[in-house]
Amino acid sequence: MKAAPTATLTSFPNRWLPYLLLAPQLAITCVFFVWPAFKALSGAFYQSNPFGLGSYFVGLGNFTALFADPAYLHAIGITLVYSLSTTVLSMGMGLFLAVLTEDLVAGHTFFRTLFIWPYAVAPAIAGALWLFAFAPQIGPATDLLAALGIQWNYALNGTQALLLIISLTAWQQIAYNFLFFTAGLQGIPDALLEAASLDGASYMRRFFGIVFPLLAPTTFFLLIMNITYVFFDTFGVISIVTQGGPSNATQTLVYKVYQDGFQNLNLGSAAAQSIILMLLVGLLTLFQFRYLDRQIHYQ
Amino acid sequence: MPLTTGFAAKIAKTLAALAVSAALLPMAAQTMAADRIQLSFWTAMGGMRGEVLQHLVNEFNASQQRYTVVPVFKGTYKETMLATIAAYRAHATPDIAQILDVGTATMMGSKGTYIPVYRLMQREHIPFSTQQFIPAAASYYADTQNRLVSLPFNSSTPVLFYNKTLLNRIGAKPPKTWAQMGTIGAKLVAAGVPCGFTTDHPNWIQMEQFSVWNGVHYATDDNGYQSAKNVKLRIDDPVFVKHLAQLGTWSKSGVFEYVGASPGPSTALFVSGHCAMYTASSASYPTIQAGAKFPFGVAPLPYASTQPDAPQNTVVGGASLWVMNGLPADHYPGIAAFLHFLMSDKAQAYWAKRTNYVPSTRGGFARLKQEGFYADNPGTIVAVEELKNKPPKPWTMGIRLGYMPQIRQIIRNEMSAVFAGQQTAGQALATAKRQGDQLLAQFYLSQREGH
Repeated sequence: MKAAPTATLTSFPNRWLPYLLLAPQLAITCVFFVWPAFKALSGAFYQSNPFGLGSYFVGLGNFTALFADPAYLHAIGITLVYSLSTTVLSMGMGLFLAVLTEDLVAGHTFFRTLFIWPYAVAPAIAGALWLFAFAPQIGPATDLLAALGIQWNYALNGTQALLLIISLTAWQQIAYNFLFFTAGLQGIPDALLEAASLDGASYMRRFFGIVFPLLAPTTFFLLIMNITYVFFDTFGVISIVTQGGPSNATQTLVYKVYQDGFQNLNLGSAAAQSIILMLLVGLLTLFQFRYLDRQIHYQ
Repeated sequence: MPLTTGFAAKIAKTLAALAVSAALLPMAAQTMAADRIQLSFWTAMGGMRGEVLQHLVNEFNASQQRYTVVPVFKGTYKETMLATIAAYRAHATPDIAQILDVGTATMMGSKGTYIPVYRLMQREHIPFSTQQFIPAAASYYADTQNRLVSLPFNSSTPVLFYNKTLLNRIGAKPPKTWAQMGTIGAKLVAAGVPCGFTTDHPNWIQMEQFSVWNGVHYATDDNGYQSAKNVKLRIDDPVFVKHLAQLGTWSKSGVFEYVGASPGPSTALFVSGHCAMYTASSASYPTIQAGAKFPFGVAPLPYASTQPDAPQNTVVGGASLWVMNGLPADHYPGIAAFLHFLMSDKAQAYWAKRTNYVPSTRGGFARLKQEGFYADNPGTIVAVEELKNKPPKPWTMGIRLGYMPQIRQIIRNEMSAVFAGQQTAGQALATAKRQGDQLLAQFYLSQREGH
């Protein structure tokens, strides 16, 4: 990465001062990231007694056991389906709504406020709301679906449970995508669109020829953000709505770490799973840094 | 409407817990003021069960001046166990912890964290013997010398509930064996009943309890009682394969219907009259009584007539009480007195009557009988009779395996694949055994010290 040429170097009068100023942040990083990460890293190579009475070195045993475990491979699949469909759904809807409100003659603020609202709802609250709305037999949404002839029982039907979680997460994420797409749309010079109109380009042609390509940096940024979000930040929703069930139908990688570590007390396996997730975050971040600023750039 | 009651019950439970804790505040303050030693008792008993327990605790507290037992509701079984482990690691353990049945192997393996109950009683000179307990109610928590390491507390065992109206329609008695279950089920289906029987917790009832009830080994080393080293599952034995295959066939023909492992939906299938029979925990009795609009009966769990020892004995599921190590010395006499009180005939009878758990002691059982409880609630005695059926053999005392919650999950998933017709029973159990054995090997290493 290149440093921005405009940045100026500040020199400190004392060579310890910068370290002192950094110290609080470094301390927080050490306590809340480096130390636990180190613990997880070492724990992944041991089988440990949950009471902390002792541990036994097993080398890569925890990792090989994981990849031989169909439940783990299943969780990988579920996580991929979950993150990809949620991303496509929420980005698509976010873009759609952003374009619609952008073209409005009046009422921008009203609709923008409305569409951003779900984002203000904490995931736990959103989960509880949907839990009641879609509760088998008694939820109002369940009644609605029954009226449409759909037998709704996500507590038994794995596909329905996964659909519920996907829609709930997408519903929450639409707001975030909407916000960024709106900002992106506002950054597109009107002159370009007007010129295209004068040349006789249709609405769709203008959208796919000018707007969508110019939104590419936003789209790419959102793609990474959404995937990362679904991979790592959806524990709360799953914990409240489905607890990974029925029959592991909504068990994501993160939820499995929790189940194996904190429900089943298999600490070594949970630590190994955390390491795999940590590598995955690293990869996604690397990807983001490497391509986000460089590849897609319009001026 | 099973889930209706499920969700409503969840909300009601939370509200009840709040109400109870609010009501207890002034009382707690009162007892704090007195110069008594506080004994913390972490439990997973919420709602109605929490209230029944509180009543017993109050009775104990009022019976003497030195100690005040303070029950603390810690959430689900797993949450309670986790809280206990976290507290131990933070050097702030409760005095007594209620630990779920499948947590037994982990607890026993963590030597030094607890004081075996038999040793505590010995130290405090309180007469105590495993003989005081209903054999198979205690064996789950006993060591290889049949000494109780934890105190059996809330216990239940699976039984067969049956719809009398539907069985009368085809003129049948409840099946004694699984073979009879097949014939009766087929007759029921032929007579237009949509489902012969359903089950809750298939891994617990159709595998674990199936093994002890038929006198079959579930795992090597007496199901893990002898040692955790090199323990391997024996669930690929033809007995299990045959039973699971049969369940798979029956789920195609309608003799058996599976709707998930949790008791809510399966209870609904039975009380709505959809299924004529139901293998479920004996503790489901009050729920079934409240829901069923037909006369129902309770019969022993069917057994496999091909097994020479069958029926042997069932074992309990539920939880037991563990006494933690490292507490101030003056706490232990109080803990021992409290546990002794919980074992009294009166306390046992009160507990069993109001919660529909089975009593764990012979004395409690005798008292319930004498009070006419079993005459007034026909069928509730079946669970106790199963536990008393024959003295447990070394391999029918219980199932003591590490990472048991994970192993159960694996077996349950494989079983549902068979019920759905996606896999043969032989494949399913071979896969489950392979994965389970791997976990057992991991567990053994976690119990070893050193690097």
